[in-house]
Amino acid sequence: MKDNGTAKRVIRKEDLTFLQKAYVTEIAKGLRLTIGKIFQPKFTHNYPDEPWPFQPSFRGRPVLVEEDGIERCVACGLCSRVCPSLAIEVQASETELEKERYPIRFEINMIRCIFCGFCEEVCPEEAIVMSDEYLVAFYQSRDAVYGKDKLLMSTERLAKRLEFLRENR
Amino acid sequence: METLFIAFIKIVIVTLVLLTAVAYSVYAERRVSAFIQDRLGPNRVGPFGLLQPIADVVKLVFKEAIVPRDANKPLHDLAPVISLTVALATFAVIPFGNTIHLFGREIKLIIADVNIGVLYILAFSSISVYGIALAGWSSNNKYSLMGSLRSSAQMVSYELSLGLSVVGVILVTGSLRLDQVVLNQTNYLLGVIPAWNCFVQPIGFITFVVAAFAETNRQPFDLPEAEPELVGGFHTEYSGLKFGLFFLAEYAHMIVASAVITTLYLGGWHLPYIDFLDLAPMLMSIIGILTFATKVILVLLFMIVIRWTIPRFRYDQLMALGWKVMFPMALLNIFITGFLLLIFS
Repeated sequence: MKDNGTAKRVIRKEDLTFLQKAYVTEIAKGLRLTIGKIFQPKFTHNYPDEPWPFQPSFRGRPVLVEEDGIERCVACGLCSRVCPSLAIEVQASETELEKERYPIRFEINMIRCIFCGFCEEVCPEEAIVMSDEYLVAFYQSRDAVYGKDKLLMSTERLAKRLEFLRENR
Repeated sequence: METLFIAFIKIVIVTLVLLTAVAYSVYAERRVSAFIQDRLGPNRVGPFGLLQPIADVVKLVFKEAIVPRDANKPLHDLAPVISLTVALATFAVIPFGNTIHLFGREIKLIIADVNIGVLYILAFSSISVYGIALAGWSSNNKYSLMGSLRSSAQMVSYELSLGLSVVGVILVTGSLRLDQVVLNQTNYLLGVIPAWNCFVQPIGFITFVVAAFAETNRQPFDLPEAEPELVGGFHTEYSGLKFGLFFLAEYAHMIVASAVITTLYLGGWHLPYIDFLDLAPMLMSIIGILTFATKVILVLLFMIVIRWTIPRFRYDQLMALGWKVMFPMALLNIFITGFLLLIFS
């Protein structure tokens, strides 16, 4: 090919000093960096041993708030209505308590749940909130339907989330 | 008969220690590389992941050994054996201590006390290229062949500067015996600095270390197995235990290279200033072995850290460095050493 001046030329940096060209000092600089890195704290989290600390804004699996041993839920069924993946099923019943209604059956199918948090948003009683638990795994699909026994969680345990909701809603 | 028995015991102990050290150098490499890259590395198996090498070996043993179609099976089987044998055999002439008095006899802490130790090392480090070349050739794979061709060219280029830098040490020592090389380094320069050959022969030391890196196919000279270009290089077509042998051989080469660097340039088993303390001979022998082990481990760690510091050379850069820089420097070193020896003796 004839060189008409348009061919791409390799640009070389000619302003390297002798020490830079000799390479040895540059290796020493690189070694200082890498050896320094060895003694610095690590970015990686030692995961199963040290669980990740969650912010209160984290949306884990939805749970029913349990206050003084009973759930806040009045079985209005709004969560069930709003749920985009039809994961929640509520069956209401009457009670002698002040709230008059309570869910005799409250089931969330954790295979269907998409952790969107609509149920939490729509709930007028602040009775269903997103917890910080996220390990939902099962061997059989029938285990995926969480009943009231698995869904109830105390207010103390959910304190951070409830405070966060009160501040941001 | 007795000497044979002693030699046999020495061989067994050294081989076992060496193989364990190889397994744990793999672990060290993984841990150190992880630390450099802000990770934690293997820490699941046993305390601090110290049983990881055992898990690795078990995994490799149970993997299927695949031989590619149209491969030359005998050579394909032979290649990893050559690689590992050569790496282990080189250790035979390395003195890992002075002498030790056990059961009323003086035992030299070296397996084969030959009078051509340096030549033996050079010869065996050249043979190791056969393992890689045969592996590439017998695999019937273009990447393997490319890797082994590169390896051959690289070895031939760096063998020269390796040999020539050793000439400087031989000139200073006046002997090809490795124990003599170490004994020569137990003196002191100006009464204070230990007369290690890395201080006596700084140019030779640098050329030798760089050439040793190239000989062991370590980064930044690991062109025979350059992953981004050649898949796995010469061991692309290896799997299971045969791959494990290559892996073992690579790290055994590293350890042997560290031991050779220690012996030739870093004073071998000699701990500076220890001979002023007037300790019992038994204690001195043990301290000697421990000193040798510590030095080898430090050189090994240096090799590992270098791998995670410097990027790989391009092939032409490798050749240019070998022929245009290392070779003249090694020659210059011989010239200066010879000149100074002529004047001062």
